[in-house]
Amino acid sequence: MATRTQERRLAFLATALPPIAWVVVFFLAPLAIVWAYSFGQNQGLTEVDISGTFANYARALQPLYLGIFAKSIFVAGITTFLCLVIGFPVALSIVFASERWRAWILLLIMLPFWTNLLIRTYALIAVLRTQGYVNFTLEWFWNQGSWLMTLVGLEPLGDFTPLQLLYNNFAVVFGLVYVHLPFMVLPLYAALDRLDKSLIEASLDLGAGHIRTLFLIVVPLALPGIVSGIIITFVPALGAYLTPDLLGGPDSQMIANVIERQFKKANDWPFGAALSFLLMYATFAAIALRVYLTRGKPTADGHGI
Amino acid sequence: MNVDQVSPGGTEAAVKPIISFRDICKRWGSTVGVDHVSLDIEPGEFFALLGPSGCGKTTLLRMLAGLEVPTEGHVLIDGQDMGDIPPNKRAVNMVFQSYAVFPHMTVADNVAYGLKIDRVPQPQRADRVQEALELVQLGQLADRKPDQLSGGQRQRVALARALVKKPKVLLLDEPLSALDAKLREAMRFELSQLQQKVGITFIMVTHDQNEALAIASRIAVMNKGSIAQLGTPSDLYEFPASRFVADFIGSVNMFEGTLIDDKPDEATVACPELEPHRIHVPHAVLGQESSKVWVAIRPEKMNLHKDTDAPPSVPECPAAHNVAKGEIKEISYLGDISIFHVQLANGTLVRISRPNRSRFDQDDFGWGEKVWVSWSGTSPVVLQG
Amino acid sequence: MATRRAPLEYNRAWQMKLWLLVVFFFLYAPLLALIVFSFNDSKRNIVWRGFTLKYYEKLFNNDDLLIAFANSLTIAFFATLISLVIGALAGILLWRYRFFGKTAVEGAFTLPIVVPEICMGVSMLLFFTRVLPWPNDLIWPFSLGSIIIAHVSFCFPFVALVVRARLASFNTEQEEAARDLGANDWQAFRDVLLPHLKPALIAGALLAFTLSLDDFVITFFTSGPDTVTFPVKVYSMLRFSVRPKSTPHRRC
Repeated sequence: MATRTQERRLAFLATALPPIAWVVVFFLAPLAIVWAYSFGQNQGLTEVDISGTFANYARALQPLYLGIFAKSIFVAGITTFLCLVIGFPVALSIVFASERWRAWILLLIMLPFWTNLLIRTYALIAVLRTQGYVNFTLEWFWNQGSWLMTLVGLEPLGDFTPLQLLYNNFAVVFGLVYVHLPFMVLPLYAALDRLDKSLIEASLDLGAGHIRTLFLIVVPLALPGIVSGIIITFVPALGAYLTPDLLGGPDSQMIANVIERQFKKANDWPFGAALSFLLMYATFAAIALRVYLTRGKPTADGHGI
Repeated sequence: MNVDQVSPGGTEAAVKPIISFRDICKRWGSTVGVDHVSLDIEPGEFFALLGPSGCGKTTLLRMLAGLEVPTEGHVLIDGQDMGDIPPNKRAVNMVFQSYAVFPHMTVADNVAYGLKIDRVPQPQRADRVQEALELVQLGQLADRKPDQLSGGQRQRVALARALVKKPKVLLLDEPLSALDAKLREAMRFELSQLQQKVGITFIMVTHDQNEALAIASRIAVMNKGSIAQLGTPSDLYEFPASRFVADFIGSVNMFEGTLIDDKPDEATVACPELEPHRIHVPHAVLGQESSKVWVAIRPEKMNLHKDTDAPPSVPECPAAHNVAKGEIKEISYLGDISIFHVQLANGTLVRISRPNRSRFDQDDFGWGEKVWVSWSGTSPVVLQG
Repeated sequence: MATRRAPLEYNRAWQMKLWLLVVFFFLYAPLLALIVFSFNDSKRNIVWRGFTLKYYEKLFNNDDLLIAFANSLTIAFFATLISLVIGALAGILLWRYRFFGKTAVEGAFTLPIVVPEICMGVSMLLFFTRVLPWPNDLIWPFSLGSIIIAHVSFCFPFVALVVRARLASFNTEQEEAARDLGANDWQAFRDVLLPHLKPALIAGALLAFTLSLDDFVITFFTSGPDTVTFPVKVYSMLRFSVRPKSTPHRRC
């Protein structure tokens, strides 16, 4: 029956065309333009000549920009490490919580996702600035201490100098951890939840303590999830724009800030495009690493992937 | 029969128990998992905790391993109160229901795991691993990963991994439930062979009465958190102490009745379902006269007779006792035996099983045939209240 | 005795409780502080000077902010709607059909999830200035079109992901049963597959709406002076003055 085949063909086209067309026109094409631009050079104010030059990439590899790349990777790495250290026990506690508690802890971890990033960042500013809550609390303790010192006949401590907690690298890492912690906890939770609890019990039963069980059994079996968590946290942290922009100081620029500057202020779009693609390549490298690391590893439920 | 604490065979235990549960309770909030259980298990026993799911048998086993903490009471292993001792410091090892074989380690690494933890030096460790693997006939598969093993092989890994540590007691949580029927039969035999070979106490949890009867030297039947009866397999089957045990182990025909006559050497029970006939047993029941009792009779301990006017006579029984008249409603041919479902006059169904000794059915009982059912005086078990 | 914990009851260990407490303090204290701050009758200092609603009053009299918020909601609404259709089709396409270049299409559908926001932002900026300049004299809400398109591009892959996950649990025999009982392709889709997808579509819609409403970076590169969204507005306010004006605006 020819009509039946035609009907099927029509159904396939109706399903395939809209998403494929969308992704080609409104996603791949724009990326391709950026890619093309990265091989171009400015001609006058708005004209760009796509001449196939590698000058933009050569410039991006100068020590100044390499340094910013290295710094971005370092900051994202520190952020990821802190998220892992903070998030692992949290994920563990979700897995072993009772049904009711599990839902609550998950909700509490997810809830900040539902608060606008700008507002969360602003909350950190309010907490960390020189007249913020942290310094306010520290000052109170300082003054109490000072008062105690005079009470026992010692010299008072003098005036409190507020800690500079904002507009530096510390603030950037703090903010990135604050924002990205849920990204780490969720994949960790998913991996640990798949883990057969009797494997942990078997390890304890065979004489291993909790710490050894953690490193000999839990971590190796949850490794795909841990790697996922690391990549899922590292990738957005590497490309973070808002947090270093609002919380960082002049020396805590990350790669996204430099890219933004090329497009919005310096008006050097080809160079910005080259930087963008370098960032993309770094991201893809991280994802490829994940595929490589988790390939063929047995998953937590005891079956191959 | 007193069901609380009886040592096997009725002889007073002179041996020191290897495991003692002393008045153990386990509660989660308002749910009671284990309710005041006391139990002694002797060295060298193959002990089974048998019961329906949720009866507390697995909880009891996990308390031994230290994976669960009793709400009240004490667990003693080899005379030592386990108290706060964590699972990794206990001289018992467990074979988990899922086997819990570590998927990221080879068979040999799985078996060596416990020895590594105990810092057994390398040459000695390798020897012990090899020895344990040979014990469970896995010597050839040492380098395999668990996902290359069958269910039965994984179970052997779990066994070797636990036995290699030379525990005082081996705990088995539903060891055969994940295997298919044929393999299960074979493993029953192998497990009891293994136990005799290594000579340590095995404690097995199971919900499968056939499994428990086949392997265990002694069984505790559990129900709703307490021990319903403790005894050897034949004790439990032939002398069930309660309706629950009679029902749970094997199949049984149960009749409700009234004790109308109770003498030192004989007793008579009247059951409405069997009227006008009565049940006669050649021993005392030691119950109050006219009290309510239950009479349990196993299907294989009943006989079928062709329809006659007079009831068949039963040796050593008053006439017209221990008989009932009915009609065959269904015959299930199971190969080795056939099960006859006989409906009595008042509608009660009675199951009777008969071995198919001959390849040709000489008795020739057929569907819809009127028959007499009889049983000897020693067949019924009279249970009180 | 009764308080002893079993080995795997990690949650009853005090170290674990303390850890959770500290983590949740870390996550929530700043937000709670901000809420308190927004009611405080003091401009520069966090010392409590009495309860006030004057910042909220200011907020509701701030037309720019309200317009930005209306823009954000409008964009999120349309972006969700389009993402839902495109994403569901993408999910079904990858689940049902085998075709030439499927792996490439699959990759293209996941790419928007992994591409850094900043890269996507600059690509949209380039696209809407050099290739498809969005006329800036269009009437509202058509003026928001470029932002909506950009949002759909990063939202629909998430919808596709959720839909595909849900489809994995679909038993195709159900559809065959519908066909066997006389339904045509469309009827079988509408009566069997769509009801099965409903939870995924709801979850996908919520996800897309949240992502769209929350997005700053990509919008930052596609919005013009007349098409400011709420996050972009808050950003410019934050960038140039640090005042608690915006704090009352939060979604929960």
